[in-house]
Amino acid sequence: MKDIKITKEIIEQHGLSEDEYKRIVEILGREPNITELGIYSVMWSEHCSYKSSKIYLKKLPTEGKQVIQGPGENAGVVDIGFNKAVVFKIESHNHPSFIEPYQGAATGVGGIVRDIFTMGARPIALMNSLRFGLLSDKDNVRIMEGVVSGIAGYGNCLGIPDVGGEVFFDSSYSKNPLVNAFCLGIADKENIFYGKASGVGNPIIYVGSKTGKDGIHGATMASSEFDEKSEEKRPNVQVGDPFMEKLLLEACLEAFKTGYIIGIQDMGAAGLTCSSCEMGSRGNTGVMIDLDKVPLREEGMTPYEIMLSESQERMLLTVLKGKEKEIIDIFKKWDLEACVIGEVTDDGNLTVMMGSDLVAKIPNKSLTDDCPIYERPLKKPENIEKLSDFNQDELPIPGDLNVVFFDMITSPLHASRRWVYEQYDHMVRTNTVVLPGSDAAVLRVKELPILLSMSLDGNGKYCYFNPKVGGKIAVAESCRNIVCSGGKPIAATNCLNFGSPENPDVMWYFSEVIDGIKEGCEMFGTPITGGNVSFYNETMGKGILPTPVIGMVGVIKDIAFVTTSGFKDFGDMIVLLGKNKGHIGASDYLELVFGIKKGPVPEIDLKEEFNLQGGLYEMITEGLIKSAHDISEGGLAVALAESCFTSFFEDMGVYIELPDDLREDFTLFGEDQSRVIISIDKDDFEKVKHIAEKWNIPQMSLGFTAKGKFEVKVGNHLFLYNDPRFLRNIWESALSEYFK
Amino acid sequence: MIAKVYVNFKKTILDPQGRTIRKTLESLGYKDVLEVRQGKVFTLKFKDNLPKEKVEEMVKKLGKDVLSNPVIEDFEYEVVE
Amino acid sequence: MIKCGVVVFPGSNCDHDAYHVSKHVMDFETVFLWHKDEDLKGCDFIIIPGGFSYGDYLRCGAIASFSPIMKSIKKFANDGGLVLGICNGFQILLESGLLTGSLLRNKNLKFICKFVDIRVENTDTPFTNSCTKKVLRIPIAHHDGCYFIDKDGLRKLEENGQVLFRYSSSRGEVDREFNPNGSLNNIAGITNKEGNVLGMMPHPERASETVLGSFDGKMIFKSVLNFLEKKIKE
Repeated sequence: MKDIKITKEIIEQHGLSEDEYKRIVEILGREPNITELGIYSVMWSEHCSYKSSKIYLKKLPTEGKQVIQGPGENAGVVDIGFNKAVVFKIESHNHPSFIEPYQGAATGVGGIVRDIFTMGARPIALMNSLRFGLLSDKDNVRIMEGVVSGIAGYGNCLGIPDVGGEVFFDSSYSKNPLVNAFCLGIADKENIFYGKASGVGNPIIYVGSKTGKDGIHGATMASSEFDEKSEEKRPNVQVGDPFMEKLLLEACLEAFKTGYIIGIQDMGAAGLTCSSCEMGSRGNTGVMIDLDKVPLREEGMTPYEIMLSESQERMLLTVLKGKEKEIIDIFKKWDLEACVIGEVTDDGNLTVMMGSDLVAKIPNKSLTDDCPIYERPLKKPENIEKLSDFNQDELPIPGDLNVVFFDMITSPLHASRRWVYEQYDHMVRTNTVVLPGSDAAVLRVKELPILLSMSLDGNGKYCYFNPKVGGKIAVAESCRNIVCSGGKPIAATNCLNFGSPENPDVMWYFSEVIDGIKEGCEMFGTPITGGNVSFYNETMGKGILPTPVIGMVGVIKDIAFVTTSGFKDFGDMIVLLGKNKGHIGASDYLELVFGIKKGPVPEIDLKEEFNLQGGLYEMITEGLIKSAHDISEGGLAVALAESCFTSFFEDMGVYIELPDDLREDFTLFGEDQSRVIISIDKDDFEKVKHIAEKWNIPQMSLGFTAKGKFEVKVGNHLFLYNDPRFLRNIWESALSEYFK
Repeated sequence: MIAKVYVNFKKTILDPQGRTIRKTLESLGYKDVLEVRQGKVFTLKFKDNLPKEKVEEMVKKLGKDVLSNPVIEDFEYEVVE
Repeated sequence: MIKCGVVVFPGSNCDHDAYHVSKHVMDFETVFLWHKDEDLKGCDFIIIPGGFSYGDYLRCGAIASFSPIMKSIKKFANDGGLVLGICNGFQILLESGLLTGSLLRNKNLKFICKFVDIRVENTDTPFTNSCTKKVLRIPIAHHDGCYFIDKDGLRKLEENGQVLFRYSSSRGEVDREFNPNGSLNNIAGITNKEGNVLGMMPHPERASETVLGSFDGKMIFKSVLNFLEKKIKE
């Protein structure tokens, strides 16, 4: 193996450019051998090096007094007071989920959970943001079914509740589904662990599953486009073992308590390679490992294969010298294999031995820091203005809006996600205070007076028409969801899903989205503490919608502030905060009813949004709000329906009278930003009005909640009317119909 | 005619269930068991009077396309009279 | 004071939830019992919690039923000790022979997590004597909860009044419509003939605090407290 001659073809197969190879030769002062070439290729792949995105990511706000650890570690760490911290991150597993939906999604969950508990945190919640092609295509049904059961199969077994997320559908996600998994854990502020190898002579311990030939070159696979040949890449998919991960999780949390662990890192993408050189690089040390000591699942594995294997459920630890036995005993108690495979050195190199043979010797820093950074060419797409040359006033008014409304709420875009979340154990650990289906998930933290609120948001369609505004809206909406649940947003993580960075149009989109996210995060004081970039989401040259997903975390100061989207009592007053402007461009109404996918996107004024959230928060803390629900895709009519359907009462309905200053369909289905519907006791209306005026928020009473009827008038005309129980049943089962 | 199709994880793929079962057997005293691979058996009953070659052909195809997941699984079959 | 033991197998994941309710909601003295141990530490009441013991590999609950702690629990149960198996715990009780029947894959073949209503069939038991409501609202979360037993076995269970909970409507109607997983006779929980061992699919520990949307599950733990206190007095 060592004697394989490095040819042009081999370099190309490893996804390295000619210049990159030259740089490797320069660093080493010689030609690399095949193992070294493999190591460079995974560490310098887009997935591990962020070589195309780094210069843009630097623009994001990452600091704040609450931030304990920003980007660059396994996950971000944020102070929540009471000597506790939350540790969270979102990560993509898009490509593997297309190739093998069940295992791809399952191992995605496994990976993000390891990122959290390696920091010393107990994972307490999972969420995911999923995007699929249209369900009219059976293949997308198959992929979605596999992804959902994969997430369920892994997360349920681990006993980490999956408390919510989002599901979107668009034809661009056919053959390129997006599976973004978010995990959050709780740790003692004083006991955060980092992926660092320090203290020369300290042993390196390998824990968990044996190493097999799984997913060799998974990281480079995630960095190249799909073509028909991907079929051949199939055996690269790994099989997850959630039971092993559960044991690892419990054993690691127990081992942390000993105080003997110096550093720890998950072997995720690029396996042993990535974990060993990153730990050395962060610790400014060298790392020596002996591959003869690595537990193997198959005989005759080469150094190349061992270093690049992506077998799941493995960890690398640096332990205080002399305390190996104590740590290994804990893992043994949990029936896990653990063994010393190397030690920390002082020469800054990643030294890989196989018995007495030296198989690779590379400076750690060159793997993590010296990858060429690209300022890829970017170009505003020529056709982008054309995407929004649309005049909504020329749209005909549909004959029967009651039918249109019915089609809207039963479309996969708006139908209840019950079919998805009932497959996830969303209650285990008994912290889930607000079950899936509301604007944000709310968890209690046992023994603390505060609660946590979480939301995932992004809208690829908005970003496609206007990436900067789309980025701003993603942040604004995720914050709005947190506030609707009674919380204050504190920090965020992002997952940026895009096409090929070698396409200047894609890079322009990327750069614009980042600018939008930056503006949003600065306005709401929510730094980005980490996340993930997923490029090359293309199949046969066709890219996905540019899709950033924001994972926002908030703190609810008191259980009394917890607010949900469902209406509470019959006869409550329903009030709109914000202004109806009847914006139809980029709306679901336009796409579903007219089959038109055109912008412009709704504008957002971040100052206005800030006021809306500030005012709503004050109303909640004053105890005036019975329910609050963000108005997003589908507009006011869909939001009203959702607040009925998520009520405890099956026959919860509304009686609404809307002004007719706009066209009725624009009033009902327009997608203007910065709007929330609240329900209140009618005696509190004056107080609500007062706070709204103070914050400069437009407000308007729309009507009342009603028992057994769903009636919405615009002007004098009754447009929507139905039995809420009937609507609710159809809405709840609509998605499941695709899977029968 | 009856055909049996055996589906198992590919040799190179980790079989977590098999591994856990092997460990259990070991702890119960069955120390001579080196490896356990857990798979599935499908028993297919066919219409009478089909030529054996045709059945075999069918089984080969449905084994590959339906009963196994070629990404991670292999299959074997036998046709029993 | 009542002493409760919560068994921990590799892969148990409702162990902390059961511990929390036992210790902080019920104020029982509560300890974890490790599967490799045989010592029940003098507990009056044993909970086998839910989860995925051994990853549910081989069959749900099968590998756990071979563990050392189960030997002691069998003896404890045969001597009249109170044992509650929840979800995976129910599966373990079946595999170890303390209860009869079997749990098959849900009829829709999917994991189901949601609140359900269950009707209490008998309030004269150690587990239900304090149930002040006929119907309890308690969540289920399982992949294999479809209760099955042969005809003869089912007849015996029914005749002996061993069926303690049935899936029902919120008003207590037992009908196929309210059966989430295809269980025979809508069975959600059964006891042994003597009534001191209960296995149930719904999770009472997830419905024992108001903040979680229901505290009906607490009635089951209260019943255990009531029963054991009386027994101690005697």
